[in-house]
Amino acid sequence: MARPDSDLLTVIQERLRPFPRDHFLSVTDLNAQTARELLDLADGFVELNQGSAKSLDLMAGRTVVNLFFENSTRTSASFEIAARRLGADVISLSPRASSVAKGETLIDTAATLNAMKPDILVVRHSASGAADLLSQKVGCAVVNAGDGRHEHPTQALLDLLTLKREFGDVGGLTVAICGDVAHSRVARSNVALLSMMGARVRLVGPPTLVPGDADRWGCEVFHDMRQGLEGCDVVMMLRLQLERMQGALVPSTREYYRFWGLDREKLKVAAPGVRVMHPGPMNRGVEIDSDIADDPVISLIQTQVEMGVSARMAVLAGLSLRREGAGL
Amino acid sequence: MSAPVWIVNARLLDPTSEYDGPGAVRVEDGRIADVVRSAAFVPFDDRETIDAGGLCLSPGLIDIRVKTGEPGAEPKETLKSAALSAAAGGVTTLVIQPDTAPAVDDPAMVDFIQRRGAALGLVNILTAGAATQGCEGKLMAEIGLMQEAGALYFTDVDQVIADSGTLMRVMAYATAFNALIACRPHDPWLSKGAVATSGELATRLGLSSVPAIAERMQMERDLALVEQTGVRFLVDQISTAGALETLDRARLRGLEVAASVSINHLRFNEVDIGDYRTFYRMDPPLRDENDRLALIEAVRDGRIDVITSAHSPAPAEDKRRPFAEATPGAVGLQTLLPAALGLHHEDDLPLLDVLRPMTVGPAELLGLAAGRLATGAPADLILFDPDAPVVIDADALRSKSKNSPFDNRRLQGRVERTWVGGRSIFSA
Repeated sequence: MARPDSDLLTVIQERLRPFPRDHFLSVTDLNAQTARELLDLADGFVELNQGSAKSLDLMAGRTVVNLFFENSTRTSASFEIAARRLGADVISLSPRASSVAKGETLIDTAATLNAMKPDILVVRHSASGAADLLSQKVGCAVVNAGDGRHEHPTQALLDLLTLKREFGDVGGLTVAICGDVAHSRVARSNVALLSMMGARVRLVGPPTLVPGDADRWGCEVFHDMRQGLEGCDVVMMLRLQLERMQGALVPSTREYYRFWGLDREKLKVAAPGVRVMHPGPMNRGVEIDSDIADDPVISLIQTQVEMGVSARMAVLAGLSLRREGAGL
Repeated sequence: MSAPVWIVNARLLDPTSEYDGPGAVRVEDGRIADVVRSAAFVPFDDRETIDAGGLCLSPGLIDIRVKTGEPGAEPKETLKSAALSAAAGGVTTLVIQPDTAPAVDDPAMVDFIQRRGAALGLVNILTAGAATQGCEGKLMAEIGLMQEAGALYFTDVDQVIADSGTLMRVMAYATAFNALIACRPHDPWLSKGAVATSGELATRLGLSSVPAIAERMQMERDLALVEQTGVRFLVDQISTAGALETLDRARLRGLEVAASVSINHLRFNEVDIGDYRTFYRMDPPLRDENDRLALIEAVRDGRIDVITSAHSPAPAEDKRRPFAEATPGAVGLQTLLPAALGLHHEDDLPLLDVLRPMTVGPAELLGLAAGRLATGAPADLILFDPDAPVVIDADALRSKSKNSPFDNRRLQGRVERTWVGGRSIFSA
């Protein structure tokens, strides 16, 4: 097996720090300094992942359990690949959350898994606060891979890594987060992390999807997309669940597309060199035109997916090192 | 390009400028090109001049609550028969209600109504859009696209959006477009099956009735949601004194809401249903005399922004039934002006105060340029004799349905001429 470049390994070793907390439940577990350190490490992993020899042994002997109560392809795969590249043993489970009373199942399942002594539990659940609850019941480190509409901290981290590599520094950038902010954990994590890093964040969408008091999060709120996009450096589109677009919160997909779907026309008012992001999966022709999603210059959507593995490697490696330091 | 026309020797009535006095108006290219507020005016160009003979010249009436049967119930009324009726009644702009079959709940239907209306070449036919799909109170309708297509406001008409969550989302959504939402307040459970207002009369007649408070209760809810969402709002068809008190309180708290009342509730009370006269069956039902007097006072002091005809055609076969089975509502386009002038002749309201809620009041609410005697405004004008005695003959009304509660009533006020966009469309 080919070994990764030794200079690169040195760089990674130098950048490796214990994660600042026992768990990664929210972007508020980071501060600007620790986030920057994590990004530097992730940057090293990007280089590693772009080479042909991608395997390390930083987590050899460690066990990572992916516990996804909600369906997921990309996040689950991303964590799994990240853990494997660090040399960890990984199992991925997707118990049905809906079939049983949720709170009970969650704690029971956690207790059962905990007894098998994993080192890191990566959890996604449809209830806000589920990861936090779990972290109180287990002896391993918990990574929140999405809890209800609350947080998705590794998504925010990979978005930040994507922006860092594209723009150098996010400080001073104007980022418009557009669409279903109300139900989006991606939005909540990104608002907090981007603000922490000095970006100006705007929230754009219909009043039924952007809570009126969202301006108290320190963001500017726009219900008119053109006003919201004016002068923006980055447009971050959110996924809108189709069932919310048939009259409950938005009258129809065509009305949504007309007023809040991202097309070239609306993007014209953004800053020159604007970049477009989307956490996926996309509703093409509803919240975003394929024309933009597939534009190799404007769209960072594929890059986001790529950055996901490296950002998660940085988190897993950091947590693992912290456990090592604690003699666990 | 039409030649300029002077209408001279008129008594101008313009609620916007509060002018009630002699004068002349020049019309050019469908617009008012000049307004002269003086009796001693002789036009210096010798082209066409119309002598008003001292009659009243005012902006044409704007009626924001008109039902027709098109599409879906054409035997009752078509856009054409409604437009002819409006022209003869001095109504130059009418706003169609969206509870047609199918409902006006998407931009194609808005376009359909406007095109059909424009093709008639009579009065301005505009439309409201449904607030929810099919006016069913469940799923939001395409408010943004309909407003872009020209819908003036959004309402489920007589259907209550009972689910407060749905109404709040509709209102919140509408704020993105600064759209106007209208709700006719009535508690759907209290008013279920009711055909009269609760009181001694309904009890004696043995009719199912709804208490006046059903209106206030629902309005309290609606206004609380307006306060929560900040939506532009019209309280549609107030009929009780209690609802007026609620309106006053809301406005005292700084809430900017508009309110409308139907002409029927200003001219009739519950006693008019007498011996089960179904032509006086209305929805909301005709109320107590004290309610009627309170509504008149509210018009007098400007708390009511809009008076509507509540035009609601129903053919004889739907009206000549036992009271509880008869279709509620009345036609009113053609009788709106003489009926409203009763407020002047019987209740001593100045003519300008009678005209305001039928001209500039609705125009300001809906953002229309009409409804004013001002340079640049559309030349939608009516010439009328406010004192001429008339006896209403329902059979002679131009509406396809003849369900007028004014049949055989003696009123005062006759429309002599109606112009829309400077074009004469009616002459008595």
